[in-house]
Amino acid sequence: MYAQMIKSTGEGVKSLDEMDPQERAFQERINAGGKIEPKDWMPDGYRKNLIRQIGQHAHSEIVGQLPEGNWITRAPTLERKAILLAKVQDEAGHGLYLYCAAETLGVTRDQLTRDLLSGKMKYSSIFNYPTLTWADMGAVGWLVDGAAIMNQVPLQRTSYGPYARAMVRICKEESFHQRQGYDIMMKMAQGTDAQRKMAQDALNRFWGPALMMFGPSDENSVHSAQSMAWKIKMNSNDELRQKFVDECVPQAEYLGLTVPDPDLKWNEERGHYDFTQPDWDEFFDVLKGNGPCNTERLAARNKAWDDGAWVRDGLMAHAAKKRAAKLAAE
Amino acid sequence: MTHPTKEWPLFEVFIRGQHGLSHRHVGSLHAANAEMAIKSARDVYTRRNEGVSIWVVLASDIAASSPEEKGSLYEPANDKVYRHPTFFDIPDEVGAM
Repeated sequence: MYAQMIKSTGEGVKSLDEMDPQERAFQERINAGGKIEPKDWMPDGYRKNLIRQIGQHAHSEIVGQLPEGNWITRAPTLERKAILLAKVQDEAGHGLYLYCAAETLGVTRDQLTRDLLSGKMKYSSIFNYPTLTWADMGAVGWLVDGAAIMNQVPLQRTSYGPYARAMVRICKEESFHQRQGYDIMMKMAQGTDAQRKMAQDALNRFWGPALMMFGPSDENSVHSAQSMAWKIKMNSNDELRQKFVDECVPQAEYLGLTVPDPDLKWNEERGHYDFTQPDWDEFFDVLKGNGPCNTERLAARNKAWDDGAWVRDGLMAHAAKKRAAKLAAE
Repeated sequence: MTHPTKEWPLFEVFIRGQHGLSHRHVGSLHAANAEMAIKSARDVYTRRNEGVSIWVVLASDIAASSPEEKGSLYEPANDKVYRHPTFFDIPDEVGAM
């Protein structure tokens, strides 16, 4: 998802009987629906996994501002511009909520930032695709935020308290994002021929990458089993992807657009749509850094960090000076 | 670089909502000082009318109970059930009390 391909550290899920009393108490608390809080004891693997997962999620929110930021200056109306600006500002907020949650696990913000900028930590593959037309703003809100919601809603019940609370805030705001995207799609789909074509083209380009957001099939993955036992992953990737497809198809039909999948078909027996898997070779290639925009995205984040250094230092110096002046006056 | 970048300190943020409830912890953020923390808290935590008052406090200034104390701190409350009004049976004839 926004945190794809997170591999847990353990070799498999231990049964309660195999755990020492401390770990057993921890697991039983999770099984009973209890929350783990920052100062509570937790297994190392749980802590490490969460830092990676929440960190990757936070990085995705921050890098996710770039493809949309690309269109702020070129939005077709002042209202659309204000809305897009508010949406991108929300993404910055979401990144901050998540960084805060990660920091409660003992990692510093600077460390997380360094790991993003050096490429050590990842962000979602979806943000390595370019946004070529205004219709892409529609497709991103509708499909990308739509896919994110699929994953984030269940995470409101995740076992780690600060992460769950961040998710509650994020989910409250995310629905605005999806609806503003669909609203753009509706306008485009009801517009001129050229606009309709643009909307269809955006759907064509974002459909596959949106399906990839859920990550590859993890039905038999040991890592997923551990994350699910810890309740830091609530559903399997395939389960969420299916749910996403089932919701999107009628939404695309309403728009009068065609989902770019010739084998997409309602399966009466399963009660779900059958659909074609996205190109997983492409997915792994993008994760490796070979997507159309990987270099550009990381360069933009590094530039922002470097260009902002004098502001960060200056404000610290100013704060220290004011503190000293106040002390002197007392 | 002559000034190695130091991380801004962490502030915890508390917001009082519109309806007369107490300030409630909503999250944290980094800022150079309290003044800036309040400004940033406004942007990060009250974009949708969530509050009418903001408190910020340096995270390092918060003293907290530890999870290990849970037993000694909270268990004594369990054997004092008479502190709850439902402990006492008041006859119906008495009316609402």
